[in-house]
Amino acid sequence: MKNNSRPLYMVPYYLWIALFVVAPIVLIGYYSFLDLDGNFTLDNYQNYFSSVYLRLTLSSFWYAFLITFFSILIAYPTAYWLTKTKHKQLWLLLIIIPSWINLLLKTYAFIGIFGLYGPANKFLSTIGIGEQQILFTDFSFIFVSVYIFIPFMILPIFNSLDKLNPALIDASRDLGASSWMTFRKVVFPLAINGVKSGVQAVFIPALSLFVITRLIAGNKVITLGTAIEQQFLVTQNWGMGSTIAVFLILFMFIIMMATGQKDKGGAEHEKVK
Amino acid sequence: MRKLSKLGKVYLAAVFFILYAPIFYLIFYSFNSGGTMSSFDGFTLEHYAAVFNDTRLIIILMNTVIVALLSSLISTAIGVLGAIGIVFLRNRKMRNAVLSLNNILIVSPDVIIGASFLILFTMIGVKLGFASVLISHIAFSIPIVVIMVLPKLQEMSSSLIDAAADLGASKRDILTRVIIPYIKPGIFAGFFLALTYSLDDFAVTFFVTGNGFSTLSVEIYSMARAGITLTINALSALIFVVTLGLVVGYYFFNQRARTVGTGGQ
Repeated sequence: MKNNSRPLYMVPYYLWIALFVVAPIVLIGYYSFLDLDGNFTLDNYQNYFSSVYLRLTLSSFWYAFLITFFSILIAYPTAYWLTKTKHKQLWLLLIIIPSWINLLLKTYAFIGIFGLYGPANKFLSTIGIGEQQILFTDFSFIFVSVYIFIPFMILPIFNSLDKLNPALIDASRDLGASSWMTFRKVVFPLAINGVKSGVQAVFIPALSLFVITRLIAGNKVITLGTAIEQQFLVTQNWGMGSTIAVFLILFMFIIMMATGQKDKGGAEHEKVK
Repeated sequence: MRKLSKLGKVYLAAVFFILYAPIFYLIFYSFNSGGTMSSFDGFTLEHYAAVFNDTRLIIILMNTVIVALLSSLISTAIGVLGAIGIVFLRNRKMRNAVLSLNNILIVSPDVIIGASFLILFTMIGVKLGFASVLISHIAFSIPIVVIMVLPKLQEMSSSLIDAAADLGASKRDILTRVIIPYIKPGIFAGFFLALTYSLDDFAVTFFVTGNGFSTLSVEIYSMARAGITLTINALSALIFVVTLGLVVGYYFFNQRARTVGTGGQ
């Protein structure tokens, strides 16, 4: 097909790239050098490296790490056993459906569940521990986040485990490896790409959450996302907000590079808030 | 392959329970005549009635649906044309560059998309409200449509187009009579996905919505921050049903897309 001239029908698409992909990144970069009055300054960057923002970044990473860790811990066995079910595609679909329900609604449900008179506390009093303040704690924040992210961790791990050739496992057993040995030396290394995609799909969004922190953690937990939202919509300091955003973008690239892989399968269908 | 062990069954059952319990918990209490989510007093439909009697809420619901439908229609049109353009890009480097740019909005955190769009709209003077929300939704839906349509285009044999050209079809004919019908399942899948993302979005909308305009998720957020009202429960039950319908619709088209793809038309 001859296609020498730049086709006219591409104009809206290229316009979109210019306006909504390139321009926003440039603008974030530009605003990160502006102070409250719109003057050029490096103060935001200097501020960022002050103790407050560094601590914020560290705690944000720590929470994201915990969330990712628990997600893998729960999702891996789930994905593994899912591959062994009879109608696995159907079960997988059932795992995915909750991830399509609006994030706010799921978070809102936990306000009720973890509330002072909610079922979680009823359960605790029945088994004799007594009522606890569950809402507005680190525990509730991490629990709800893991709950939200589990499907996004299960899906890629399931895909990579499902692709695994069962003959390899049989071979390993025939050669006398124990179940644990087979898992460690055969299954895990071969399915590591799924875990990597899962980490990508969980860690970056976990750094940038702000809905769950606001509703469940009661402003006690501040992630990079919460800080950006705060700077943009509450304090109206767009410069500082942009600076934090620049670092978030930077972290995102680093994480993507670290978890990047040659074959780009699986991870294309998902997107997490 | 080994069968599922007892332990595996119990574990999976527990995971399914945890995944679905909060959703059914919400729906269960939407029928509660008491005002809380902790004690069930009696069955009532009053919260559903409250949803449908709340004019403000109905307007917000309409806004949400209109934004979703318009944005997914427009983004599907732009995305499909974009995908066709990408496939015909002969320069490999150029194609990879465009694809990378395409995927940036998919992997970017929503706060960043929201914040940067807020700057953009303020700078070029788009008033925050319906227009800014609609434009943002179009913007973040386009790459999704491209991703959904691209595989269909790539599996299409170029001899189909050559044959059409040899038989004297104009470029326009090739597009409307050969390419579009072939990639139709991908287009529908993209449209559905764009629709669900638009209905689902909170973070981006939250940034670019002004004072006068609100969508359902923004409204739910402010309601939830104020505390528990069972109107949200009723709303969420309704949204759950709609979402389920959309997911089924999406999978239906996706499944068809797959069978058409492997069936070799």
